[in-house]
Parts: sequence; structure tokens; C-alpha cells
Amino acid sequence: MTMLPKEGIAAPAAGLAQPLALAMRLSAPRLVVPAVIVVALIIPWLATSFVMFQLTQVMIYGLAILGLNLLTGFNGQFSLGHSAFYGIGAYTAAILMHNYDVGYLWTLPAAGGVCFVVGFLFGLPALRLQNLYLALATFTLAIAMPQILKFHGFEEWTGGVQGLPLDQPDPPAFLPIDGDQWLYYFTLGVVLVMFWAATNLIRSRTGRAIMAIRDHPIAASAMGINTALYKTLTFGVSALYTGVAGALGALAVAFVAPDSFTIFLSISLLVGLVIGGVGSIPGCLFGGLFVLYVPNIAESVSTGLAGAIYGVILLVVVFVMPAGASGFARIVVARLSRSRRL
Amino acid sequence: MELVLQQVMAGLANGAIYACMALAVVMIYQAIDHLNFAQGEMAMFSTFIAWQLIEWGQPYWVAFGLTIVISFVAGILIDRVLFRPIQRAPILSQIAAFIALFSILNSSAGQIWNFTIKSFPTPFGHTPLFGGTLIDTHEAGMIGVTLVMLGLLYAFFRGTRLGLAMRAAATNPESARLVGIRVGWMTALGWGMAAAIGAVAGMLIAPVVFLEPNMMLGVLLYGFAGAVLGGLSSPAGAVVGGFAVGVIENLGGFIPYFGREMKLTIALAVIVVVLMFRPSGIFGRTAVSRV
Amino acid sequence: MMLEVEHLDAFYGEQQALFGVTFSLDEGRVRTLLGANGAGKTTVLRALSGMVRRRGEVRFYGERIAGWATEDIVRLGIAHVPEGRGTFLRVSVEENLQLGAMTRRDRPGIAADIERVYGHFPRLKERRAQQAGTLSGGEQQMLAVGRALMLRPRLMLLDEPSFGLAPLVVEELFAILGHVNREMGVAMLIVEQNATLALDLAEHAYVLETGHIVMDGPAAMVGADESIRRAYLGY
Repeated sequence: MTMLPKEGIAAPAAGLAQPLALAMRLSAPRLVVPAVIVVALIIPWLATSFVMFQLTQVMIYGLAILGLNLLTGFNGQFSLGHSAFYGIGAYTAAILMHNYDVGYLWTLPAAGGVCFVVGFLFGLPALRLQNLYLALATFTLAIAMPQILKFHGFEEWTGGVQGLPLDQPDPPAFLPIDGDQWLYYFTLGVVLVMFWAATNLIRSRTGRAIMAIRDHPIAASAMGINTALYKTLTFGVSALYTGVAGALGALAVAFVAPDSFTIFLSISLLVGLVIGGVGSIPGCLFGGLFVLYVPNIAESVSTGLAGAIYGVILLVVVFVMPAGASGFARIVVARLSRSRRL
Repeated sequence: MELVLQQVMAGLANGAIYACMALAVVMIYQAIDHLNFAQGEMAMFSTFIAWQLIEWGQPYWVAFGLTIVISFVAGILIDRVLFRPIQRAPILSQIAAFIALFSILNSSAGQIWNFTIKSFPTPFGHTPLFGGTLIDTHEAGMIGVTLVMLGLLYAFFRGTRLGLAMRAAATNPESARLVGIRVGWMTALGWGMAAAIGAVAGMLIAPVVFLEPNMMLGVLLYGFAGAVLGGLSSPAGAVVGGFAVGVIENLGGFIPYFGREMKLTIALAVIVVVLMFRPSGIFGRTAVSRV
Repeated sequence: MMLEVEHLDAFYGEQQALFGVTFSLDEGRVRTLLGANGAGKTTVLRALSGMVRRRGEVRFYGERIAGWATEDIVRLGIAHVPEGRGTFLRVSVEENLQLGAMTRRDRPGIAADIERVYGHFPRLKERRAQQAGTLSGGEQQMLAVGRALMLRPRLMLLDEPSFGLAPLVVEELFAILGHVNREMGVAMLIVEQNATLALDLAEHAYVLETGHIVMDGPAAMVGADESIRRAYLGY
């Protein structure tokens, strides 16, 4: 009985919400995705090359966050070490191009392959560790990476503290676009394929096994899922995704240096994961937007207090959307569709 | 042999810093059941407050005491204002909030007190001990204070009803409510205590590493490592873990060819290897449960 | 009347789990809530202890406690032995008992009560210094009852005390509960799936189905009625 007045207030909004909610519920995957892709395809013809470059970065971060999400969001293994995989991917691309003149197209599978192997191998000891202990182990990886890259014994390949420059990919001659546009489209293509693959992976039997391990580890192994194998494989695939993102990142900025791949990158990716939504694939791109734009916004408000403003924005977002953008979207859709029923 | 011994001593001196921080880390872990990534920045901020009080002419011990009180209250406020509203949010979201707090404290301290390094006084002096250069009175004092804090905490958690209530509230909040424990206040108290211990750690560490907004980054890292190595459920383990990390770090630096450049990596790698064999830390207890 | 519950609704999120539950319990008496899995028995206890969102009237000695926080309800002398026993796994057996007396101030009384609990459950005394997580299921259930007794309760809310225990252990436990009720005059509200046992101890039974009380009556009558047993209790 006491519920009635509340719904009475909600009623006027329901008129507008009805078709909207229905559209969102029916069309979410079927219409939204193509619409986003169309917009993404048009952007290079409308935006400045700076904005386009930023959006390229957003997609790259989104891809890196997707890698982290596969591990943390879907498999329940926490990682602070993804800056290392990102760095390994970037350096694989840079070393191949700079030292061995390999074409940029080949650097992506190479970076992915190397990271898969490293991730898989790292996943083996990780099997023994849980929660905070795993966090510390992955944290170690993140701390170690810049030191290893700077190490004087590897300087010949890595360029030491100086890092390595590389050439930005040239657009194919038959396309009437410039280098920045090509970079954007190339990234868009890779990101689309990899997001599509991740979606299919999660929906497959394998994906269900990965998530079962997260939710009910004991039950999963009792059901005959080879927990150890799936966990290490997920580690590998997760590293592969983040590594490919790293390679794309190296191509985009045309330069790699050890201090771009510190623990702070890992933390940024983690923040992006939380903001986008743990366990949500489209949310990763939203996370990428946050990772790229919010520090810039904070910087533009006040240089001195940029960190504080970033922190406040982050806090506000966590307060408003404790389950990330995807959780927030779910709640909104649920609210709208409920008011439709009444 | 002599060289090794010297390095162990130097490692213990550094280890005292880490042990101090590790103790603060375990405290908050006991109270809220996860790690506080902003702990180091809270300690740094407290130390700046102490520095400011001393600059305004307060004697050292007055500033010391006042800072502890201010930090205790601030810790409680941080819990009540920032973390209580999101206590039901997913753990990763809470970690994001810690990161936010980290960023806010670090940046504000830089804005208020700027990034130039400042020296911080010590009540123990810097006279060399045992005629050597490895450990001085300040470092000995730091070790002493850490051990005293550990003793007090042990007495508090094992010997008092309030300490027992705090442990119960952290590990099993629902049952704790059912025996009438005010869980929200226990958590807040844990934050207050952790902030106060962090403040002591910061004030002891600052004379060694110098005071500046980023002073705690490395220390916190080693403090975490020490806490995890010792076992997060054991304050004494955290102290031992902190000392161990100091020693491992110093000895690792002596490995030829790559030791010096990768001393941090080596220390952390050793810890991870130890964890392979003791997944809950050296002194940590695995909570036994029956299905 | 000690406890009066009228038109009690309870919710998990948006989902309503109890619908207008009304019942009462007098000082020193034992009543039981029966019903199938998911009928809302546990929810009734959780609503009384303020652990779920609820609406309606709950009076304890006339005090209206439906909006109170769990910690304050406990202070009235209402001890809840929760589903899953609520053992503090990482502290010792004796510390578990001390936690039960957390709202009390009389140290000598607490010490005496710990000895009294050990009198009821000698096995707990043997294991007093042991980490509670290492106890068997039966021992943990005894510890949970012992912890509740440490409150010196006027009313005990018992959630499936027989769950997962061997038959002999269950008998022992219910014998002790009966003893506590008679000797100390502690009133009890028992939720059980094992209806036979609960009906032995209780004098009055309520039968719940999908969040509604569908019938009630003297325990002996409810136990004897074949149709009730078939329809609601499933044995």
C-alpha cells in the first residue's frame, strides 16, 4: 500500500521511458553495436587528427582493459601486473621493427604470441596463490618490468633507459587517407576483431568453464573442469590481449621507453576495469575513455591539484556507479523496463 | 663473511622501516579485511602535519602526540565519510576508492607543502652505534618503537574485550552483529588505529628517507611485501616479514652482474617464491573451515 | 506477552519474502516454525533480528523493535543462533564464548557462565583453546548454542539447530535445549526441517508456506495431523 504514491510520481516519466526501455532491451546488441561501429567509421572524417589520435588511444586502452577483464572479471584472478604484459607487447613490436625491420602487421601476432607464452608461464605459479598473495606476485611483475627493460645487459635490444623509436605505419597506397587516419582504422579493425573474439569466447563452453571457476571453484573442479589448465590458459589469453594492445600502443606513439610501463599503468587499467564494469565486455571501452580523458580533464582544471581532482572524480564515479558503467546501465534499463510494466 | 654480516645489519636497519609500515598494513587489514593502498599516503600526510606543527614552534613530543591524535580522528573520518557509503560495493570498486584517496592525498600534500625534500627531526639523534657506521641511534630507536608498538597491539588484540570484538567484527561481521558488536564503529576504530600507527611509522621513517610527498611509495611497497610475507593475519609476522624484506633486499644487491640494478625485483621475486611454499605467509594461519 | 509479531513483511532487495506474518510467544515457552525449504522460516528469524528489510509490527515486552538495528535488538536479550552457526572461525572456542557476552559488563558473571556452558558441553571445554574453525559440525553447533547462552538471553531464536548433525548429536543437543528452557526459563523460537524433533520440544507450531503462515495449532495436534504432515512438512 505504501508503495503506491511512489509509483504515482514515476508514472509521467513512464510514458517516455516505455519505448526507450523497449528499444534498449530489444536492440542492445542488435542495433547498438552496428550504430557504434558506423559512428566509429565516420569519426576520422569529422574529428581533428588530435581527437582521432586520442580515440585511437581509447581503443587501445579498452583492448588492454579487456585483457585484464578476461582474467579478473571473468576468471576471478586479480592482477596488478598487466602493465608488464602491455610493455612486453610494446617492446616486442618495437624490437622487431627497429632491430629486425619486420613489417608492422607481423608485430601484432608476434606480440600476442610472446605475451601468451609469458602469461601462461606466469599463470603456473599463480595457481598456488590467491587474492592478495596473487596481487603481490603480479605486482612484482609490474615492478620488475621497467627494471628489466632498463637492464644494461639487454641494452642492445631494448635501447636501455633511452627506449626505442619506431616508424608510424604508412597507409596502403590505394587508400586516400593519411597516416593518422590509417592508424585509427587499423586499430579499429584489430579492436573489433578482438572484441568479437572475446565475446564468442565468453559465450562458448570454454567461457562458461572460465566463469564457473570464478564463481564456484570447488564445484567447477568437481564437475570435471580442469581448473589449473583453464586458469593458466586464461592468464595466457589475457596477457595476449593486453600484449596486442601494447603493440598497437607502440605503433601509435611510435616510441617505447621503460618508464611508460610502470605499476601506474597497471593501476590505470585496473581503474578502467572498475569504471567500465568488471565482467562486461563493452564496458572496457568506457573504461578506456576514463583512463585517457579523466587525467586530461583533471590537468586542465588545475595543474597542481590534478591528482586530487582525478581522485575526486574517481570517487564520485565509484559512489554513483559502484558496479561500473555496465552495472549502472543494467540498473537504468531495469528501472525503465519496470516502469513500462506498470 | 664479515661483509655479509654488515649487509645483514644494514638490512635490519632498513627493515625496521618496513616492519613499521607492515605493522600498520596488517592493522588495517585486520580491521577492514583488505589492504589499504592509500596507507602510505596517509602516513606521509600525517608526517607533514607533524612537520608543520614543529615548524610552528611545537616541541617534538608535543607534535608527535598531537599528530597521532589528529591522524586517529582523520582515520575515523575517512572511514565514515568515504568508505562506509560504499561498504557494500564490489571489492574492486573499493580498491578504486583507495586509489582515489591515494591520488588525492599525494597531490594535496604536493600542493600544500610542495615537492622539495625537507629534513625531519629525530628525538634519538644520529650517533653511530657499536662504533660502526651501519646502525645509528635513530635506527635503533626506530626498531625499539616498532617493537613497543607491536607489544601494545598484541596486548590490545589478545588481552582486551575491545580487541577481541574488533577481530570478530573484521572476520565475521554478521555474527558479530548478532552478539551485539557495533561493527561499523569497530571498522572506524580500526581505521583510526591504522592511521595513528601509520603516523608513527611516517614520523620515524621521515628522518631517514626525508620528507616529501612521494616518500612512502617505496616504503609502502616493501611494507606490503613484509606484511604479506609474514602473513597478513599476524602483526608479529608482519614485523618479522618487514625485517626479512630489508635483509633480502640488501643481500640481493650483492649478486654480481645484475644484483644492484634489480635489487627490488630480486627481493620481490624471493618473496613470491617463499609464498609458493607458504601461500598464507610464513606466520599466517589459514582459516580452517569445514564444508 | 513477551513477543508479539503482527503483519510482518520482509524483503530481499525488491523481492518480498514474508507476507503479513502474525504470531506470538509467551515468556519461557517454546514455539516452532515449520515448513518446506524456502518457505520463509529463516527469514522470520532474520526479520526479528533486524537482518533483512522489514515492515510491520514487532513488540518485545511491549517495546516496538521493528525498526531497530541488530546490535540493539541483541541487547534486549534476544539471542539468535543463525543458519550456518555463525562461528568465529579464526578465534578460539573460549573467545567465541566471550564474544557471546560482549554486551555484558559483569566479569565474574561471565566467567561463571563460561563454566556453566562447559558443564552443558564438556567437549567444548576440552577444546577451549583450539581455533573454532577446527571443530566438527556438531561441536560448532554446540558452540553456537553456548555462545547464545552467554548473553543470558530471555529469548533464543534457533535456526535449524539439527542441520547437518548426526542423529545422536541432535538428540543430545535437543535434550540440552529442553533443559535450558526448563531450568532457566529461556523462551525459544525454533525453525526446523526436522519437524518431529521440534514438535517434541515445542508446545505450539506455526506452518509457513511461501512467506505466509498457513496454519497453526498445538504441537501435538500439528504432529498428529496426517494431512498437514503430507502437505507442508513432507514426511
